[in-house]
Amino acid sequence: MSSPNPVSGSPDKEPATEAQAAQNAVGNTDRAATATAPKQPEPEPRPSLGRLFLDNLWAANTVTVTVLAVLLAMLVGAVLIIVSDPEVLATYGYITARPADAINSSWTVVSEAYANLFKGAIFDPDASGFQAAMGPISETLTYTAPLAFTGLSVALAFRGGLFNIGAQGQATIGVILAAIAGFALPLPPVVHLLVALIAGAAGGALWGFVPGILKARTGAHEVINTIMLNYVAVYFLSWIIVQNGVQNPNRSDAISKPVDASAQLPRLLGDNLRVHAGILLAVLVTWFVAWLLNRSTLGFELRAVGANPDAARTAGISVTRTYVLIMVVSGLLAGLGGANMVLGSTANALTPLVIAQIGFDGILVALLGRVKPWGVLLAALLFGALQAGGNRMQSYSGISLELVTVLQALIVIFIAAPALVKAIFQLRAARAARLQTSLAKGW
Amino acid sequence: MEPGEIHALLGENGAGKSTLMNVLYGLYQPDEGEILVDGKPLKLRGPSDAIAAGIGMVHQHFMLVPVFTVAENVMLGAEQVKGGIAGFLDRRRARREVAEVSERYNLRVDPDATVEDLPVGIQQRVEIVKALTRDVDLLILDEPTAVLTPQETEELLTVMRSLKAAGKSIVFITHKLGEVKAIADRITVIRRGKTVGTASPTASRDELAALMVGRSVRLTVEKQPGTPGKPILEVSGLVVDDDRQIRAVDGVDLTVHAGEVLGIAGVQGNGQTELIEAIMGLRPVLAGTVTLDGQAVHGWSTKKVLHAGVGYVPEDRSVDGLVKEFSVAENLVLDIYDRPPFGRGLSLKPDAIAKSAKERIEQFDIRTSSADAAVSTLSGGNQQKVIVARELSRPLKLLIAAQPTRGVDVGSIEFIHSRVIRERDIGTAVMVVSSELDEVIGLADRIAVMYRGRIIGIVGPNTPREEIGLLMAGITPDTAAGAGSAAPAGGAATTAGSTSGTAGEPGAAAPAPEGPGNEDEA
Repeated sequence: MSSPNPVSGSPDKEPATEAQAAQNAVGNTDRAATATAPKQPEPEPRPSLGRLFLDNLWAANTVTVTVLAVLLAMLVGAVLIIVSDPEVLATYGYITARPADAINSSWTVVSEAYANLFKGAIFDPDASGFQAAMGPISETLTYTAPLAFTGLSVALAFRGGLFNIGAQGQATIGVILAAIAGFALPLPPVVHLLVALIAGAAGGALWGFVPGILKARTGAHEVINTIMLNYVAVYFLSWIIVQNGVQNPNRSDAISKPVDASAQLPRLLGDNLRVHAGILLAVLVTWFVAWLLNRSTLGFELRAVGANPDAARTAGISVTRTYVLIMVVSGLLAGLGGANMVLGSTANALTPLVIAQIGFDGILVALLGRVKPWGVLLAALLFGALQAGGNRMQSYSGISLELVTVLQALIVIFIAAPALVKAIFQLRAARAARLQTSLAKGW
Repeated sequence: MEPGEIHALLGENGAGKSTLMNVLYGLYQPDEGEILVDGKPLKLRGPSDAIAAGIGMVHQHFMLVPVFTVAENVMLGAEQVKGGIAGFLDRRRARREVAEVSERYNLRVDPDATVEDLPVGIQQRVEIVKALTRDVDLLILDEPTAVLTPQETEELLTVMRSLKAAGKSIVFITHKLGEVKAIADRITVIRRGKTVGTASPTASRDELAALMVGRSVRLTVEKQPGTPGKPILEVSGLVVDDDRQIRAVDGVDLTVHAGEVLGIAGVQGNGQTELIEAIMGLRPVLAGTVTLDGQAVHGWSTKKVLHAGVGYVPEDRSVDGLVKEFSVAENLVLDIYDRPPFGRGLSLKPDAIAKSAKERIEQFDIRTSSADAAVSTLSGGNQQKVIVARELSRPLKLLIAAQPTRGVDVGSIEFIHSRVIRERDIGTAVMVVSSELDEVIGLADRIAVMYRGRIIGIVGPNTPREEIGLLMAGITPDTAAGAGSAAPAGGAATTAGSTSGTAGEPGAAAPAPEGPGNEDEA
């Protein structure tokens, strides 16, 4: 049909030339032409806060930034050490008259503190004998093991797009079941340990399954549910410790029966050093998680769901099933971390504070390790070292343990804000790299 | 623009309507040319300049804070404060303004309602009120009806009329012909970034459709006439809702045969997306059946449908098609990662994935620095080739390609088209959904036109564009006098509701004389 009015006359002509041009382009298309063909702008969906945060973590994925962040944290820590020492602070009262006093005393207190941190965490040059020489490393590894588990737990969930704040609760249920299996079941040595570990893992997995299934079935947000389940777990622990059959009959305070020796993780360097097989298990589990993430179909699903749930769903991956699985595995890892606290050398019985803060520290460890398995293990090592060194710093230099916690927090802040570190140190090369990554992501 | 005029800007998706209006609202800077307001050239550096010049805009996607009340949203950006330095927000005044404006223009909104509780139509009204409280003379509505139900659309048209009566000018951007004819005083049609004509609302729908779709020579795709075999995909009486629980597919019947391409044409938002998502198991089927090669597949999971031999190129590659953080190699196995040779049991075989990626990259001419590069570093065309390569690298019974060449450069378009035709020639049933009429005409052996959730007609590929354009606008040759006589396929175009058959039905529904052998079924 034709509509011979002048209005539609012009569109008749114009497209013809346009289409010809298009056809020419088709005809002449060679490799170069297509390769340089203009990109069509695509609307980029506004990234979520979590994604932005992760992007920033990825973008700063350099050893430099991490090292500098540690340095900066120690620098700020030094200021805090000076400020918190009244004697040193007093020298600043007459700094104009005798500046050397202030500088000397500051240097003394700070260097002594950090030297003790080093000696407590890694190696004491004054130590004599094997035991004293290995002591610091042993302490560091003892603190590292549970943190590696909870860190992996949080990291795994993060890779699947879930923020598991509940590692604390999952570790708590893990420690309860591991301890009960450890003192209630009369089993031969190796089997007993395995059963206790499995009990701990199962407890954590159960505590992860609940928010997982709630998220999958009802869309309930995992952050809220895991936080709430943390409370439930903590008060369940307080309650169960004082129940008959659990509480130590010889004690009046809140402490459970001790775990049988047959369920204890074996010590690695003799009875006087605390380091136990938990650290070996941690390395093994790190390897397993790395395999799971990168070399397994489940890991493929997990990463796809974490990066783009829409595309995952379109590709036939069941997003809800994956969410449940992620939370179960994540809880399982946290449960193992909890089990470490009572089956290792840290404690051998349940107390209300038996797992300390390993669940919450696990979040920091996971972020510090850039949610990559081996990175998490290294981050856990750093945290373990800070804790072991902090103990010595406290007893030898009179610096409060709280300062170590402050240091940890500062390190995480500096690492989570790579732009800050780069701006302070004027890292040009790194900045260019950042620009490139953002360009690559930008479209 | 004249004062008190409703000026419609008509054009297909991606024709440049929204870009033009964003320039007018100061969001984008013009590369060339200038904007005249009251005869004076105007330099807009941002939306605030535009507001100062009396231009207001209601975006397609609302710019409202969901948890704020209507009054708070309206005052946002122009907060009135009282109490000097303390800077208390003058909520009362904002409420009064909202009440005043809504009364003056008969726009009923409750200033204290929270925006997220309001239906979409009312939210839009809040946007309009927000623009009006800034004392604008020119209001730009960017595809305001795209998100509205028919009733809400009616109400919006009423509001526009009362605004017009109050002397405000309105630019109304849309691609829906009916609304334009109902409300506009003057119509400008834009295609591919150029004004291709102006028309008065008395112009017939055909004229407007012709202007909008254009009559460019089709992008030729070299192909032999298809040789359709047995029916592979049979859809009958399919009913599907969209995300807002509004009926999107309303009783669709169609059949795709082995070795043929069924093109689905239609203006976007007429249920095409929901139709294919329902076939793929991504959206619940409320009624009707979907049969794949004799097997009922409705209610199956997406994975099962994919395993049954369906290839799917989703409409929005960046959202549904690719995981941008993943490497090219990983994206190439995104929906087959768990099948041999790529995965066995729980373990993935990276060597097999890398090897296959290398082959695909070669075979499909994917330009990438390496198979391990993140897919987001590729150009749009090459990203699309990754998806096509993935879907065509396994034996298929049915290929569903939605907007297979959207945002893709010309070279890649040609390549993708030739692969689709090659897939047809080896006996796969192919369904191509596209809002590009050229693409549908170029690829399809039969063309089904969707309008408001129904197949309004099935025609041959040699049907004149104008006729298909009319069908896309909801006008069947039977109802449009004069058109029917010119169209050979006139009598065959049937509405979906009246067709009952599944197998053999398309043979009867598409006897376009030059249609390539639809009659010979296996």
